[in-house]
Amino acid sequence: MPLSKAPASKLLKIKSIPDPDVKTQLIRFGITEGTKVKCYHKIPMGPLIIRYYKQEIAIGRKIANSILVELL
Amino acid sequence: MTDKKIPLHKHPHLDEPADDEHKKKIVLVGNPNVGKSLLFNWLSGLYVDVSNFPGTTVEISQGHIGQHILYDTPGIYSVASFNDEECTARDIILDADLVINVVDGVHLERDLFLTIQLIDMGLPVIVALNFMDEVEKEKIKIDVEALETRLNVPVIPISAARKTGLENLVKSIPCARKGAVSETLKHEISDMLNRVGSQPEAVLILEGDVTVAGRHGVPAGIERDRIYLQRRLRVNQIIEQIFQIHSHRSIREWIGRLMIHPVTGIPIVAVVLYLLYQFVGVGIAQYLVGFTEETVGQGVYEPFVRQIIARMAAVNIKADIIHEDHNGHMVTLSSTNFYFPDGTDNDPANYRVLQNYSENGTVIIEYQFYDIWAIFLAGEFGAITMTVTYIFLLLLPLVIGFYFFLSVLEDSGYLPRLATLTDNLLSAIGLNGRAIIPILLGFGCVTMATVSTRLLNTKREKTIATTILNFAIPCSAQLAVITALLARTGGLYVLIFIGILAIALILIGSVLNWTLAGTSSSLLIDLPPMRFPSLDNITRKTIFKSYHFMKEAIPFFFLGSLLVTAMQLTGAMKIWESLFEFITTQWLLLPSESARAFIMGLVRRDFGAAGFLNMDLSASQILTGLVTLTFFVPCIASMIILFKERGSREALLIWFGTWIIAFLIGGILAHILALF
Repeated sequence: MPLSKAPASKLLKIKSIPDPDVKTQLIRFGITEGTKVKCYHKIPMGPLIIRYYKQEIAIGRKIANSILVELL
Repeated sequence: MTDKKIPLHKHPHLDEPADDEHKKKIVLVGNPNVGKSLLFNWLSGLYVDVSNFPGTTVEISQGHIGQHILYDTPGIYSVASFNDEECTARDIILDADLVINVVDGVHLERDLFLTIQLIDMGLPVIVALNFMDEVEKEKIKIDVEALETRLNVPVIPISAARKTGLENLVKSIPCARKGAVSETLKHEISDMLNRVGSQPEAVLILEGDVTVAGRHGVPAGIERDRIYLQRRLRVNQIIEQIFQIHSHRSIREWIGRLMIHPVTGIPIVAVVLYLLYQFVGVGIAQYLVGFTEETVGQGVYEPFVRQIIARMAAVNIKADIIHEDHNGHMVTLSSTNFYFPDGTDNDPANYRVLQNYSENGTVIIEYQFYDIWAIFLAGEFGAITMTVTYIFLLLLPLVIGFYFFLSVLEDSGYLPRLATLTDNLLSAIGLNGRAIIPILLGFGCVTMATVSTRLLNTKREKTIATTILNFAIPCSAQLAVITALLARTGGLYVLIFIGILAIALILIGSVLNWTLAGTSSSLLIDLPPMRFPSLDNITRKTIFKSYHFMKEAIPFFFLGSLLVTAMQLTGAMKIWESLFEFITTQWLLLPSESARAFIMGLVRRDFGAAGFLNMDLSASQILTGLVTLTFFVPCIASMIILFKERGSREALLIWFGTWIIAFLIGGILAHILALF
């Protein structure tokens, strides 16, 4: 399921990040395919915030639509 | 993929003594918001140079530490070349003799990625493990010794904010050493090293850095993905061994969350904007600038300069003796002209008459110069009178005020959260949340904001943001006059004014978003923890940014003043004025003298609006005039910066576009208002 559809406050596993630039940027933040993250907060119609360790990352809707995750 | 366990030598003699003799280039490298500049300030002391690193546009600070030179670099997540700042950081790092890698202990899993890259690059590294105070507070456990062993470079726990561990860090600088290169990369690196002769550059070439590859005439690698992934896995392994974290939620995380939740976030934005208005809009724009511009600039400095010029130039001095009547109006009692064809120095007798005359009461002196050089220097738009007052006594305080406020927002961690909260709205007009920064700055100075659109990702976003700024965002100088004028009209007109601007902003943005080719980038930023900003750091940042902006803008303000004086002298101004008169009276339904307001608006946006202050206008006329002037052309300085940043085609489109939009909306509004 796309990250944008994932329920808030649930543990998720990143399945795929198709955009190569987004992939590089997320690797630098610490997140790769297989990383377990938490969807921390969703702004209605807007970006969502994922959490990994103590880090929070804001991801725009368009990118969040393209990233696939699975519920754990 | 295991690191060799090499015992770490803690003797400060890893380099041969001769090396200590000459200057080393020590470079501070770290992710954004890891307290790098705070550490830089402490290490380099008071004397810091700001300079462009050769061949780059990003300015960096440079200081001294002992006999060595210390460079600060922009915060980066890895050594790469995705944007200007990264390219600058990359070039400084490639030039480094030694790297102090600042890492945030709270976000070690993110920061070690850069650390390992620096180690792979074969640079002598020392790791400054920062925020140890927060690490303790958050009950995070870091096994520093194990980390040292895995990396094979010294790791020094510090807290730049609490100033702990800093002496130890300085003492340990000579212990910096090349660390344990990733096993997976070793062979590739040594192959490439044989071809290009430099390990740092070899690593970047393998990671696909086109520029560095070009410098050596070798093709750039295509396996960045794999190398990054392997490096990430190595970091994860290290983290598993040395890092323990308890997931409890601290107060500041809770505060951070309130800022991005719409229900609480929007009132917080309102409060922040109100504070910004009080601090910059009222405190600086009205009180401080009122003093510096009017009292110091126009009251003391400019008359002083004109008096000096008048000693040498042909001048007519008009002296009015004025008096305040019972109603508080200024009345001219008598007015006398004194003409000095060769300057006041050459006619002391006449000058004495002028002085005696001036002793009869409160006097207003007006200088009218006749020599071209004198008009350029000290005439109505004089380069050393009006322009100097404008730049240093009006613009500078505002720029400092805005950058100060912005630095507080930035260092506290609020700005990225504001970007997240507004991402929604800004996406609708083809921008993303990051564009909130130039838009906020636009209310200070549109020129300053236009420069800051550089931080946006794509050309498309830069175009949209710049267009909006130059059309629909009034700068603080203009806002001050607008506020004064709208105070006469009452609440309904204020609402209409704001409404028209807001609708126009959305329409212009949407139209550009639909018509411009390509797609805008989406938001992808990390939200740093909320932190109390350090006053020292904010002050430095403010000075640094203000200096940078002023250095870039000042020549254009002078150029603008020369241009306007030339227009005046050649009569071009007169022709414009008569052309305008038709539009203002027939189409905008304004009195004919308001034509001059639009001419002045070409120079400085607030000049235009200020022209309305002395006219007898109805509320509808004030509204029409202000709306038209707000959409009307950017000031001359903005215009020249616009040419520089966006190229002549786009700049001209924007400039002519403002004419059309301004008079179209203004005229329609005037005729609608006339119906009531």
